[in-house]
Amino acid sequence: MRVVSARPVLSRRLKTLWSRRELLIGLISSDIRIKYKNSTLGIFWSMLAPAFTLGVYYMVFAFFLKNGIPNFVIYLFSGLVVWNMFQNSINTATGVIVDRAALVKKVSFPREILALSNVGAAVVYFVVQMVVLVIFVAAVGHAPAWRFLLILPISFLSLYFFTSALAMVMSAVNVYLRDMKHLMEVLLQLWFWLTPVVYSYEHSIAPHLSRHGLSLLYFINPITLIVVTFQRVFYVNTIVHSTVAPYPLINILPTWSFDKFLELNVALFAITVVLFFVAEAIFGRLEGNFESEL
Amino acid sequence: MVAVIDVQDVSKSFKIHHERHQSLKERLLHPRSGSTEMFQALRDVSFSVGQGETVGIVGHNGSGKSTLLKCICGVLKPTSGEIRLRGSLAALLELGAGFQTELSGRDNVYLYGAMLGFSRKMVDAIFDDVVAFSEIEQFIDTQVKFYSSGMYVRLAFAVAVNVDPDILVVDEVLAVGDERFQAKCVDRIQRFKEEGRTILFVTHNADQVRALCDRAVVLDSGDMIADGPTQDSLRIFREHLMEDAVEHDAAHLLGTIQIESVTTPEGSFDVKSGSSLHLDVTVTSQSAYSGNFVMELFTRTGLLVSRSDAQGSPVNLVPGRNHVTVDLAQIPLLDGIYDLNVGVLDHHGHTVIAWSEKAASIQVTYDGREGGLVELGATITQR
Repeated sequence: MRVVSARPVLSRRLKTLWSRRELLIGLISSDIRIKYKNSTLGIFWSMLAPAFTLGVYYMVFAFFLKNGIPNFVIYLFSGLVVWNMFQNSINTATGVIVDRAALVKKVSFPREILALSNVGAAVVYFVVQMVVLVIFVAAVGHAPAWRFLLILPISFLSLYFFTSALAMVMSAVNVYLRDMKHLMEVLLQLWFWLTPVVYSYEHSIAPHLSRHGLSLLYFINPITLIVVTFQRVFYVNTIVHSTVAPYPLINILPTWSFDKFLELNVALFAITVVLFFVAEAIFGRLEGNFESEL
Repeated sequence: MVAVIDVQDVSKSFKIHHERHQSLKERLLHPRSGSTEMFQALRDVSFSVGQGETVGIVGHNGSGKSTLLKCICGVLKPTSGEIRLRGSLAALLELGAGFQTELSGRDNVYLYGAMLGFSRKMVDAIFDDVVAFSEIEQFIDTQVKFYSSGMYVRLAFAVAVNVDPDILVVDEVLAVGDERFQAKCVDRIQRFKEEGRTILFVTHNADQVRALCDRAVVLDSGDMIADGPTQDSLRIFREHLMEDAVEHDAAHLLGTIQIESVTTPEGSFDVKSGSSLHLDVTVTSQSAYSGNFVMELFTRTGLLVSRSDAQGSPVNLVPGRNHVTVDLAQIPLLDGIYDLNVGVLDHHGHTVIAWSEKAASIQVTYDGREGGLVELGATITQR
């Protein structure tokens, strides 16, 4: 039995969402197919585009700025994979409800599926890039931190839930405030530089914060922990000698123990799941007036 | 009977923006400007539809019937109240809205099926039927953006009726494709009815409701004003339509013209098939009015037998009592009871000034051999 009411409770919303997972899969696959339709290289673009970004950052930081991080490509790659998934999702999902207004006004389905399908498509590209990363790491003979590999799924789920939560809220807010789409594009750029993707732990704000006993503030940006975890798994080394004379030691990644990583990631996972539920509730509040704004 | 659709105290109001300030800058600069007004599209509507019923929702433009339908389909959320649905629902509203023009017809069938809430396996099972019904076999793998609008709508219709829904919601979409395809659609809806499925049918065309529905719900500017057997509901609908028309177009005519009675010289409406019938209609008017006069004859099952008007030679009503005669030279109808509606319309035939639904019931007796509705006088010989 289905019930259409003014304000369905959260548990019912989640149940409906789960029952429509086949639609989610359908939308994800159509999203991907439409994106690469009529392009000769097809889904290869989802590798080529990030590879190009990777190349540019590598040139700038390792070649021109001489940051001295050995194996900088692996460090960069493992962080970019995470960031690409996040940025892709938010950039596409923020405008999705407005873009598909014709559909939203005429066909009945849980509207948040539109935002979630954009996140889903980004996950597919993420997987493709991960495969490339793994192949690359294997090819250069750089062994990952096997033990830390266990934390990776938890970290990925945190990424998924956090991205989904933000994507849902932003897609709904954008209906009322059309500036959101443009604002997010700008904010995401700022956010990127606040996340330690292209610079090391030593050069982030973390050491400054810990000097004042404010280490926890570092994790206000949830993407940071996820990026650092991915880097820890694939880049492995926390302190290395610089490749630039006079070869000083660089603290690339936090020197936390496995337990600390696990603990932090589990905590983040719990928080992002809660955020997902909160976002779902906010979306439910906001979607009631969509038809008078679209 | 199990209620398949249960609508409880559903109200829906819309915010109408008079000045739209949707960008951040405008909101910051003019935080209070741009008045909004609430528009009540539905007011405490309650009714329920049982398994296997075919219910019509009628009302003129702006009566809230499409809003109600969208609430039932779940496209809109009611402002208050609740709608409970048992079973799967397919809606024939705004056909093809869910199509992705960049994808092929095949992909769209699956995607549209998923949007209607059907699994890939279920769509697999009916895929061939969908393609056959839509008659676009050779284009099924072509991108939908290259389809003609007719092909587009036909494919959407084919998906919606072939996914085997328990409840079918139809919103004035029977004007799809050419005449042959339309007949196919009506046919399919009739079959649905025979299979004991529930159909909700929204239209402002009273004839379609009469032909398809057992029951009708009448909406008038957001209020439900009738819920009952089709004939009764349609009478109320007609009368309201009339009041409304008078309000809008000719306020001075409000209630000034009335159809008082319909009689025959013999005093009875029993007539033998093949003979003539002379009807006297008495119309009272408070002022002079020149307009059109209409008569309709329906079977008891709601089939329109004939509609004719005084086109070309208007009736000129004078203040007081007027007599209009309707002469039926020869009634070729077979056995049965036929209901007569008469009314006065404006010159163009758009606005009803006075109406009398079921003004009289004509009983026809027939003693020939033919069966059906009319006598054609067929003789069958072999040469």
